[in-house]
Amino acid sequence: MTALGVGLARPGAPLSWRRWARSPSALAGTALVGLVVVVAVVSLAWTPYPPLAIGPSHSLEGPSWAHILGTDQYGRDVLSRLMAGSRTSLYAGVVPVLAASAIGVPAGLLAAARGGIGDQIVMRLSDVLYAFPALLAAIALSAALGASTGTAMLAIGTAFVPVFVRVTRSNALVVLGSGYVLAARAYGRRPLQILRRHVLPNIATTVIAQMSLLCSLAILAEAGLDYLGLGTTPPTPSWGNMVQAAQDYLSQDPLLTVWPGLAIIVSVLGFTLLGDGIAELRNTHLGRCA
Amino acid sequence: MAAYLARRVAITLVTLFGASVATFAVLGVLPGSPAQVVLGTQATPQAVRQLSAQLGTNKPLWAQYLHWAQGLVTAQLGRSYVSHQLIGPLIAQALSVTGPLILFALAIGVLFALPLGLGAALYNGKVTGTLLSALSQVGIAVPTFVGGIVLIIVFAVKVPVFPSSGFPGWSEPGQALRSLVLPALTLGLVEGAILSRYVRASVLDQLHSDYLRTARAKGLTRAQALWRHGLRNAMVPLVTVLGLELAGLIVGAVIVEDVFSLPGVGQLLLNAVGDRDLLVVQDIVILLAAVVLVVNLLVDISYGLLDPRVRDERAR
Repeated sequence: MTALGVGLARPGAPLSWRRWARSPSALAGTALVGLVVVVAVVSLAWTPYPPLAIGPSHSLEGPSWAHILGTDQYGRDVLSRLMAGSRTSLYAGVVPVLAASAIGVPAGLLAAARGGIGDQIVMRLSDVLYAFPALLAAIALSAALGASTGTAMLAIGTAFVPVFVRVTRSNALVVLGSGYVLAARAYGRRPLQILRRHVLPNIATTVIAQMSLLCSLAILAEAGLDYLGLGTTPPTPSWGNMVQAAQDYLSQDPLLTVWPGLAIIVSVLGFTLLGDGIAELRNTHLGRCA
Repeated sequence: MAAYLARRVAITLVTLFGASVATFAVLGVLPGSPAQVVLGTQATPQAVRQLSAQLGTNKPLWAQYLHWAQGLVTAQLGRSYVSHQLIGPLIAQALSVTGPLILFALAIGVLFALPLGLGAALYNGKVTGTLLSALSQVGIAVPTFVGGIVLIIVFAVKVPVFPSSGFPGWSEPGQALRSLVLPALTLGLVEGAILSRYVRASVLDQLHSDYLRTARAKGLTRAQALWRHGLRNAMVPLVTVLGLELAGLIVGAVIVEDVFSLPGVGQLLLNAVGDRDLLVVQDIVILLAAVVLVVNLLVDISYGLLDPRVRDERAR
């Protein structure tokens, strides 16, 4: 990344709503993610039909007033399943990222602040995890533990830990090398105080942007696993396993693969744009200060 | 440079060792012996004991790990517990599909990324630039299996020009290539969308550089200056990005092979998972992790070659 000059680590600015509203990426991202969240919340209380209710006499019906997006091979309402599927995707997209950041950020801070042998251990361990892309880790883990949403989330979360370690460490090192940290040290601040008062606030924006980007990758990976039959398994609706089931009926009803596909694209795009937007906000601030 | 090189190679070897221990820990240490899995629940304890002794799974864990690691290093991967086939040739056969698929996809990706990224950089801040950027954003968000299915709908169902699944083998090169077109296009388009963002960032970097301003001052137009001086510099960091993207292409290939039923490494891996053929899973997982690590090493070395500051900093 450094080679591309995509500013690796510079002090970030706190987020403000006014700058938020001026970034097209942040706005579009907020809108798309918001849409998915609203659908997921609504689906808890209401879906047009129960997502699991089958209707043998209504299988593979195209869009109609009764079933706006049609029905699947078992006569289940596609819109209802799509709505319920948003919960699976959000859950599997957000929880592994939160868990990975809870481990990776402190580990990265520790590595940056302590240096020496602790730094070496943290970095070598994170190198080992980095060798396993999320999907590969998930396939291996599902072979050992069996396929489930939980296995998929565990693997994805584990694969993301080194990303947080690296981002946190490299950004924290820059802050720790800055003049004001030197001043704080000279003033007699303890290392932990420095981390809390100077380092953490300064790297927060970058870490949050990273979290949003990783959420999009987690949703993609989980959908991919569901498609492969190694994540959320039927009948529980997920966008990935809906695409997989619909693939058998491509010639009769190609639209059946399109809806869950679009749902994945919308949510992934939302989190990517949100992440980009947050990262941009930081750079804008930088540009003005510099 | 020698010290830097030695250090990077040493770190890669240590990491590879760690990765092999992690793989063994996840897949080799399971409740219930592999012999039990192979023979099923109806097997007599005696038969299970006998097969365990034959497979070597009754030995202590460290001995099992050493045996496995020795096999990896000497390229003697042994036989599958389930199909009893030699694992080495199985993987080699599968690589003869996955390898060309990935190279083909990479070529398509680069072909798409260069004009897309260049356009987005040149028209940055204008409507065209924003549209091109948005196009690559959406491209990144398309899951490979959805992209693949859309291509199947268009080019195999509606207009049947390419086969939607299967692979005839390299004995018929023409047919084999034809059946790789849609899978490679699927992977390549998504990859192209990702790469184009790096191309855009890299070209934008060059456009703002002092030497290009000098070239402009000399009387060249922006396009001329970029063509004669900027592009070559913009391409340097992209070489390393290509390396890093290989990990993405490998996992992408696993999914694409499933969509198009290609008998590649991904299918071999997924079938082995389905059959609980754990030794095959273990071998493929560490093989792919090793590929990721070696490519990362090459990327690191190329950083060092291109930028002396990197090797000074990292050698410390």
